[in-house]
Amino acid sequence: MPQNVEKVLDHENLFREPEYKAMFDNKRSQFEFRVPAEELAKQIEYAKTWEYREKNFAREALTVNPAKACQPLGAVFAAVGFEKTLPFVHGSQGCVAYYRSHFSRHFKEPTSCVSSSMTEDAAVFGGLNNMIDGLANTFNLYKPEMIAVSTTCMAEVIGDDLDAFIKTSKQKGSIPAEFDVPFAHTPAFVGSHITGYDNALQGIIKYFWDGKAGQGTALTRIPNESINFIGGFDGFVCGNLPEIRRMLDLMGVEHTILCDPSDVWNTPTDGEFRMYDGGTTKAQVEAAINAKATISFQGYSTEKTMKLIKEHGHETASFHHPMGVTGTDAFLMKVSELTGKPIPKELELERGRLVDAIADSQAHLHGKKFALYGDPDLMLGMTAFLLELGAEPVHVLSTNGDKEWADKVQALLDASPFGKNCKAYPKADLWHMRSLLFTEKVDFLIGNTYGKYLERDCGTPLIRLGFPIFDRHHHHRFPIWGYQGALRVLTMLLDEYFEALDANTIGIGTTDYSYDIIR
Amino acid sequence: MSLTVEENKALIEEVLKAYPEKTAKKRAKHLGTFEDGKPDCGVKSNIKSLPGVMTIRGCAYAGSKGVVWGPIKDMIHISHGPVGCGQYSWASRRNYYIGETGIDTFGTMQFTSDFQEKDIVFGGDKKLEKIIDEIQELFPLNKGITVQSECPIGLIGDDIEAVSKKKAKEYEGKTIVPVRCEGFRGVSQSLGHHIANDAVRDWVFDKVDPNKNVFESSPYDVAIIGDYNIGGDAWSSRILLEEMGLRVIAQWSGDGTIAELENTPKAKLNVLHCYRSMNYISRHMEEKYGIPWVEYNFFGPTMIEKSLREIASHFDDTIKANAEVVIAKYRKLIDETIAKYKPRLQGKKVMLFVGGLRPRHVIGAYEDLGMEVVGTGYEFGHNDDYQRTTHYVKDGTLIYDDVTGYEFEKFVEKVQPDLVGSGIKEKYVFQKMGVPFRQMHSWDYSGPYHGYDGFAIFARDMDMAINSPVWGLAKAPWKKAA
Repeated sequence: MPQNVEKVLDHENLFREPEYKAMFDNKRSQFEFRVPAEELAKQIEYAKTWEYREKNFAREALTVNPAKACQPLGAVFAAVGFEKTLPFVHGSQGCVAYYRSHFSRHFKEPTSCVSSSMTEDAAVFGGLNNMIDGLANTFNLYKPEMIAVSTTCMAEVIGDDLDAFIKTSKQKGSIPAEFDVPFAHTPAFVGSHITGYDNALQGIIKYFWDGKAGQGTALTRIPNESINFIGGFDGFVCGNLPEIRRMLDLMGVEHTILCDPSDVWNTPTDGEFRMYDGGTTKAQVEAAINAKATISFQGYSTEKTMKLIKEHGHETASFHHPMGVTGTDAFLMKVSELTGKPIPKELELERGRLVDAIADSQAHLHGKKFALYGDPDLMLGMTAFLLELGAEPVHVLSTNGDKEWADKVQALLDASPFGKNCKAYPKADLWHMRSLLFTEKVDFLIGNTYGKYLERDCGTPLIRLGFPIFDRHHHHRFPIWGYQGALRVLTMLLDEYFEALDANTIGIGTTDYSYDIIR
Repeated sequence: MSLTVEENKALIEEVLKAYPEKTAKKRAKHLGTFEDGKPDCGVKSNIKSLPGVMTIRGCAYAGSKGVVWGPIKDMIHISHGPVGCGQYSWASRRNYYIGETGIDTFGTMQFTSDFQEKDIVFGGDKKLEKIIDEIQELFPLNKGITVQSECPIGLIGDDIEAVSKKKAKEYEGKTIVPVRCEGFRGVSQSLGHHIANDAVRDWVFDKVDPNKNVFESSPYDVAIIGDYNIGGDAWSSRILLEEMGLRVIAQWSGDGTIAELENTPKAKLNVLHCYRSMNYISRHMEEKYGIPWVEYNFFGPTMIEKSLREIASHFDDTIKANAEVVIAKYRKLIDETIAKYKPRLQGKKVMLFVGGLRPRHVIGAYEDLGMEVVGTGYEFGHNDDYQRTTHYVKDGTLIYDDVTGYEFEKFVEKVQPDLVGSGIKEKYVFQKMGVPFRQMHSWDYSGPYHGYDGFAIFARDMDMAINSPVWGLAKAPWKKAA
């Protein structure tokens, strides 16, 4: 009998006990009728070949293990970043259960969001009644100060009109006429989660700046000295936005972060559940029209939003997830240029310390080969950082990055001696990456939690950077932006390198001459 | 102690005050108290969730792809439609299996048709055909394909049945199963289970080649139905059935294969754990093949013993005697487990809100540890679930069907349980409130909880949740004094 109360065997050990192993063998040999071992072994090897890779890349219709989610997820992310705002997703309810679970698994935090719970009858007659009743219920039950509406693919396919539905709901008295309900159509079959973030954020800003969907007056811009900052869809938001705020405060720059979920996804355990916490206030959104400039940290995540803001006369600057020394330099210099404020000594000191750390460690990363995948902005930022470290970003892949994105990555690679023989792969998935890792081996892989299957299959150690990260805790609480963030990312790369080196030299009496005490 | 019937009533009334009148009236029917002697729990169920209330429920796709079909390991399950549904349900249900993932098994992979606008406008049937071709090219060892419909499929009028038939023919009788589990169908996951069960009936059973995958039958052949092998549950159950001399010919569907599904009509008895999600196919096999089925409960020693004897009663004296041998064999483990954990858990109050069978099935396991379940409810239960629940709950238990976020929070605030058992969406809400919590869908990444081996883990987990030092830290000492 394998189980033991004194030392309870968990699943990872319990099922290795002989009783279970015998049971598995028995099940397999008698009832599973699996593929013969020879055939299996053949296919395992074949899937590692160049020939298989070519077939794999010839795919036109099938997607396997993509590194992207759908628009409405991003819309919920954007809505969560505003004070006392409840995201309301018009469409099927199962979607909302998925978004809430997905975010909670990543942030280890509650994610409040409601659905209009449309079913068959709504598919036939439209979801107007769901909107009317849903807004009333949400308003009464959860007492939000704003409800941000987005859609699932169901509502989009049947063509529900959010603007009209919300207005009708107000006429029917389901919520007060003056209650703020910004909205955005976020079809799941267009773009990805970063598109949804963009659409929802644009919807909220447009609502407040352009006259509340015809129910108020458009704001007139009186430019002042402040700047707006937009982070984009970001799994490290709880660490990153406070870091941005700290840097801007050090510079003495008056600023507004448009969309800030870093508090509501980082609430304390102190006996009270906070459904709402922090976030950009409505007054801040309105005042933000007067800012002299708006900076986006992730251009692909904010294309429409930045276009709207530019149309309102702002100076704008869009980055692509700048990281490391050069990336952070460029960001700070842009802030300095826009505001006329110098970059202070404190930040220079932080910069110097980061350069110091890179100098201390660069020998361990120089020439190391990396594969990385994720959102298009993150890929551009991380590629640049790796090149700066003297590492080689051999495979740079994005499921939601297009040809134009790939050209941008390629230009970055081509401009560096470390980018030789490195390539960008747009609209590709993790099954493509598997072929790349087998045919053109690298030392390390950078990606989200799902990269662990590639680590298992290809033996390439995974460094977790991106979204979602389900199987490691608290990474999102620390920044990866700014000089401080770069230091953390550098440490992550080095930790994985040293772990791999130790594991490779740990053989007692065989390889442990290299199991050095000082690295 | 649970609250009294009157206290529950007052609590429910208080909670309902927050709703608009129309909604309060509807929600009132889903909230109640179990009273001894009543045939059900006094609540309505399996009714549409109200918009905007923050229901915990999912959809039909979740019930089919996520629950019933997804765990069949040697088939490829295409999430047909936009990318999200497959992405959010990718490997999150912990349906353990053994196999070479990506080569001969595919359980923790996400196959999607990643619908784009043009697929919505022009239809996705052509794309689906191409996807099946590409699957055959890249994953030739797959034993079958299912098409798990997402919302748009039914709305744009795609004919996935025609595509499946055409491709099945083209690939020499390959099993290709179209499943109409669009998320807007029905009121919860539940209809998805039913649709998935029907798809097994129509597209697997009715097309079985009797000369394929043949084995010699024995008088002791049983099939485990409705165990999804979460954290290895089906394994820690199977081992007990085998120890008592039964031969498990199929697992539905955790760690299951298409061959096991196809051969299940050869079983002498179907043993059914999750009644909610697989009673349909069990009834069908009873009607069509004359296979009796029996419900069982492998949570906690009291219910395990009862179930082992109940299952054995369908067989000869050898099996009956073996059941006693198995029960005796594990007695020491169980006595030690209870001796260790009961003193630490005695009298602790639990509130549950879970899915298919657990709102009732786990109650016995808690009681074995001296704990008391004072509130329970189903995400997607039907009236027959609430009837079955009466055999488990005590007089005065608070019952909440399809509970809303608001209600659950208020109930827990008032009842002050020592432990809440529910899902990932609820977990952090209650932990913030300082209430210990265990996820009772995923076993909070632990498990198995089924069987005797699982009970030791269950007991340890409940103890570590409730008796963690962290809960004593939630209030700052300078605030405690105030």
